[in-house]
Order: sequence, then structure tokens, then C-alpha cells
Amino acid sequence: MGDPSPEEMKKHVLEYMGVFGALLFFTFVTVWASSWKVALPASIVIAVAIAAIKGGLVATFFMHLKGEKPVILYCLVLTLVFFMGLILIPLSMLLLTMSHNAG
Amino acid sequence: MSVVIPYIEEPRPDTGLTLSKLGIWLFLASEIMLFGALFSTYIFLRVGNPDWQSFAYRQTDPAAIHATHDGGKHAESAGHDDHASHEGHDHAAHDDTAHASHGKVDPRSREGAGTPMQSSIPLAALNTVILITSSITVIMAWVSLMLKRVSRFRMYFFITILLSFGFLIVKYFEYSAKLSHGLAPSFSPLLAIYWAMTGLHVLHVIGGIVVMAYLLGPGRKMWDSHPVQYLGRVEATGLYWHFVDLVWIFLFPTLYLM
Repeated sequence: MGDPSPEEMKKHVLEYMGVFGALLFFTFVTVWASSWKVALPASIVIAVAIAAIKGGLVATFFMHLKGEKPVILYCLVLTLVFFMGLILIPLSMLLLTMSHNAG
Repeated sequence: MSVVIPYIEEPRPDTGLTLSKLGIWLFLASEIMLFGALFSTYIFLRVGNPDWQSFAYRQTDPAAIHATHDGGKHAESAGHDDHASHEGHDHAAHDDTAHASHGKVDPRSREGAGTPMQSSIPLAALNTVILITSSITVIMAWVSLMLKRVSRFRMYFFITILLSFGFLIVKYFEYSAKLSHGLAPSFSPLLAIYWAMTGLHVLHVIGGIVVMAYLLGPGRKMWDSHPVQYLGRVEATGLYWHFVDLVWIFLFPTLYLM
């Protein structure tokens, strides 16, 4: 790990502060959006979308995934594939059950 | 005979990574699957029960809970009956009608007093702000150490620990309110998954506090003898802490706002 120059780190710090501000802003938006009188599916989509943006900011900038080595990115992509499987399996099972009951 | 495992400071030529960094990322990948299983369970319970608020929070009013001698058990059995048979559903509907006739708020109403989770939104939002702030202080600690400003590093790490305790204190008030209303894990399957998910997250926060306290206390001697190794530990701790923040970012809307 090479020693970064103070100027270089200062640039990174400004970036981190910008992300921090964005995270606080999106937290406020999340709480505000929860008070909107919208249907439940829409409220779920809004809340998950905002959480995904916030999570993306944390992973990209705070966890330095931006510019990270490919090995780590490959591991995470593989993990996300299995994660999506975990999420989609119960949903598909429920859809199958519902269509079976309907039939 | 003691065996010393050498710490390799140089990144491996094949991956371009130090072993500690690859190790922490593999650990975090396993953590994603751990929390993924719980999120999967939550989705299964939630989507599988269209009338989920009634199913999860049949008796949100503490007076209604204490009015029955068997408390949460009565509610739980009502919830099970609800999904076991039509008779059970009728029984549950009768319970709701009875509550309404006593001026209670229907727990299914999004416009009403809301669910116990919705009443915790201010505390959960405060905890979100606390964790996000702790993420910036932990990264500032790492930046300070990179610039060899050790006293600043210690200050930022200490602030991170304080914020972590702040998170736990807020969580204590939230949990106390839930328990005082009889909303223990045994109350309903959805309450059980709420306690499992937030409880596991709290354990991760406590784990982070222990590691940071070690690095600030007994472990800080390593900075004098093996600074690169110490920096690697701080970086790994920071990555772990950001992951804890990341999990909360998804727990907050999932459990409290939907």
C-alpha cells in the first residue's frame, strides 16, 4: 500500500463528506416518503429503491468498491447471485402455491 | 511450542490484494448470505400473509394485551387460527370487531395509530443517522492513520465507539417499549423475525465495539512495531463497520416503514 499524498487524501475526504450528506438526505427522503398515501406495493418499491441508492453509495465510496481489485468484485457478484436466489425462492414458491390454489 | 503465522504486508501478485483484505471481504460475503436468509424469511412471511398487519399485530394496544390473562399467547393462537381455518379467520375478525367497539385502532389501518413498528420510526431514524455518522467517523479514522496522524485517528475511533453506544442505548429504549407492550418474539412469526434480524444486527454492533476498543486499547501497541499490519486491521474493521451500516440501511425501511 503506497503512501498517499495529503492532497490526494483531502480530495477523498471531500468525496466522503459529499456521500455523508447524500446519505442523510436520502434518510430524510425515506422517512418522508413513508408518509405518502400510496399503495403498499408502491411504498415497498420506493423504500427499497432509496435503500438501494444509499447502500450503493456506502459500498462504492466508503467501502472503496470503486476502483477495487476484480477478485473482490467477482466474489461479490457471485454472492449477490446467491443472495437473489435466496430472495426469489420464497417468492416463486408463493406464486406457485397461489397459482396451484387458483387452478 | 508456539507457531507464529507471518503477516505478509505485500499484496499477492495473483490477486493484487493483501490476505487480510481478501479475508475480510470473504467474511462479509458470508455475512451477506447470513442476513440474506433472514430477509428471505421475512419476505416469505410478509408476502405469504396478505392480511399481514392483522396477522402480526393482532393486539397492538397494551391495554388489550393485559386485558387477557394469557397476554401474547392468546394473540398468537388467534393469529394461528386465522390462517389455519375459516373458523379461525372468523374468530380473528370477531376480535377486531371487539377492539373497534372498545375504541381501539384497527392495526391494519395505515392511517391510524399504526403498527408498533411505525411507532418506532423516530427511534429507528435516529439510529440510522447515528450509524451513518459513525461510518464517516470510522473512515476519517482510517484517513487519519493513512496520514500518520495518530491522535486524530484515536479521536475519530473513540467517537465511533461513542456513537455505537448511542445506537445501543436507542435500541434499548425501542426494545423496552416493545417488551412493555408484550411484543416479545413469541407474539407472532413476524415479531419473531423482527427480533431475530435486529438482534443479530445488535450483536454485530457489539462485535464492532469490541474490536474497535481492542484496537484503541491493548492492540494499539502494534502501530509502533508493525504499522502496516495495524493499518490493515483498521481498514478491515472499517469495512466491517460499513457493512453493519449497510445492513441497517436495508433493515430500516424493511422493518419499520413498510
